[in-house]
Amino acid sequence: MTTATPDTFAPDLPSSLGAASRGEGKSMAVRLSDTHSFASISEKISGIVLTMPTPRWWTIAFALCSALSLVFFGAISYLFYEGVGIWGLNVPVVWAFDITNYVWWIAIAMSGTFISAALHLTRQPWGASISRFAEAMTIFALAIAGIFPIIHLGRPWFFYWLAPYPNVMSLWPQWRSPLVWDFFAILAYLLLSLMFWYLGLIPDFATLRDRARSRSAQIAYGLLALGWRGEARHWQRHRGAHLLLAGLAVPLVVSVHSVVGLDFATGNTPGWHSTIFPPFFVAGAMFSGFAMAMTIAVLLRRAFDLGDFITDRHLDNLAKLILAMGLVLAYSYVMEIFMAWYSADRYEVYTALNRMRGPYAPVYWALIVCVVVVPQALWSRRVRHAPWVLFGISIVINVGMWLERFMLIVTSQHRDFLPSAWGMFYPTIWDWATLVGSIGFFAWLLLLFVRFIPLISMTEMRELLAQQQGGS
Amino acid sequence: MNASQQPYGLIAEFSSPAALLAAARSAHGAGYRRIEAYAPMPVEGLAEALEFHDHAISMLALAGGIVGGIGTFALQWFSVTVDYPLNIGGRTPAWPGLIPSTFEMTVLGAALAVFLGTLLRSGLPQLYHPVFNEPSFSAASSDRFFLCIEATDARFDLQQTRGFLEQLQPVKVSDVSA
Repeated sequence: MTTATPDTFAPDLPSSLGAASRGEGKSMAVRLSDTHSFASISEKISGIVLTMPTPRWWTIAFALCSALSLVFFGAISYLFYEGVGIWGLNVPVVWAFDITNYVWWIAIAMSGTFISAALHLTRQPWGASISRFAEAMTIFALAIAGIFPIIHLGRPWFFYWLAPYPNVMSLWPQWRSPLVWDFFAILAYLLLSLMFWYLGLIPDFATLRDRARSRSAQIAYGLLALGWRGEARHWQRHRGAHLLLAGLAVPLVVSVHSVVGLDFATGNTPGWHSTIFPPFFVAGAMFSGFAMAMTIAVLLRRAFDLGDFITDRHLDNLAKLILAMGLVLAYSYVMEIFMAWYSADRYEVYTALNRMRGPYAPVYWALIVCVVVVPQALWSRRVRHAPWVLFGISIVINVGMWLERFMLIVTSQHRDFLPSAWGMFYPTIWDWATLVGSIGFFAWLLLLFVRFIPLISMTEMRELLAQQQGGS
Repeated sequence: MNASQQPYGLIAEFSSPAALLAAARSAHGAGYRRIEAYAPMPVEGLAEALEFHDHAISMLALAGGIVGGIGTFALQWFSVTVDYPLNIGGRTPAWPGLIPSTFEMTVLGAALAVFLGTLLRSGLPQLYHPVFNEPSFSAASSDRFFLCIEATDARFDLQQTRGFLEQLQPVKVSDVSA
């Protein structure tokens, strides 16, 4: 290609949004709308951070989420003051909302980096516009997930005993405990996700630095950009590094959630002691993470008018991934029941039946509806092309996934081997405050993210556009 | 800028990645070696046009992975056999239980090496660079493409090099003060 590419601003850009992205359902490839140029990409995406006046809905949502974040930290502070007795858990149910929340959040965290890394490795161009916020989702959810194992300890101020460090107590971690593996897994995943995210952000921070008008924004983004100037040699290394980190991230994701599965599988509690747990947990994690990515994608697309970057095709592909993962998960449920029966172990069989018709049966059937039945609507093409229906389904899925973890964790403990040791778990107001507060804090972080960090990778959008222009 | 002072180099601005790629190839073909090409995104073939190869990052990843993996395994082994021997049925704890942490730290070691290696080998963070003195360079992170020939190049001559760059049909050519 030798002709100069069109490089004009598209002044009527907002009016053309969405229209271009509709009717092109047939081709597998995702195309940016033809009205876009390198300049308009930078203008549109950096404009959300730099020039767009704060929308009213943002202020309201931010106030609400700030209040919920205070609830979260207030509940944790009271916990530190009073102890885990403020929660409803007690022998025999010693893991309840705390570990349910932990597994739920870490599962949501699993797919963000996975989506972005796996789609990058398989050269799926549609990953480009969802990878940035999916990675942000991972980091925020992981940061919140990491709080729960710490606060579930009786003496949370000793959490650092999990780390092997020289100490005068001759104390070493129990290396063969999955809880110690968890420590290393979360540490590795959090740091790798942060590096993966930040590496992709450096060139975008440079764009913000160069386009910012206010001195404080120039200094802040200038420091974050580390002096990035887009030199060809730097790009070469940057690209290689991005590929390597993506390649490292994919097996890491699988290992991290497998370790979470092993937290349960290594115990001999009926309903937990099963080799299916690691892959079953990985499938569940992908499922709920894809659903959360869908929730956020639909909201961002609507809020910032991003229909020409996050097209119907993106939502359609994401919906198909959710459907596929949902089927894997449904298969796991069936296998879990089958293996309980096949083991001929009376405790395993009882636990399986107790889940379906014991005191927590409503939770079991609600989760089956949320996780197995409702996602079947995604077979329909019409559903996959209705963003608000997808939004609703993705919320239902994540409610279902929370119930699933609750069911798995609580029903196994509440009736194990000896009927004399049976008991029930009922949540207290502090259990609920911690759960609801954690969701508020997650949304609070996301709200800050969309106002201060470009929520779509401008670099990758420019690459996509260059490929399109080169190929046409 | 002091008029007698030697500039950092000459910089030509282009409006498309293809034009920059063609210009980089011409400049390299004309014998210039101290050339820098700037783009708002990776341009396929640009690094090759400048004859740039850096395979060190993947080697660093390997080294980081080995250090992380062997280090973590050795630490655990030392802990359960030397520093605080555990005798379980007459044996030290079986090694498979030490593998998950070893795996996680292998990946983390490799990732840290990649991340730090990429930045440090590119000389980043480096907040000041002479090309930032060119006012129009702020578009290099958005929609413009630049080719800079440094004054330290053996073939650099202010007039001749400017003439050479002009003939590549850039948007404009400017001096970059040191």
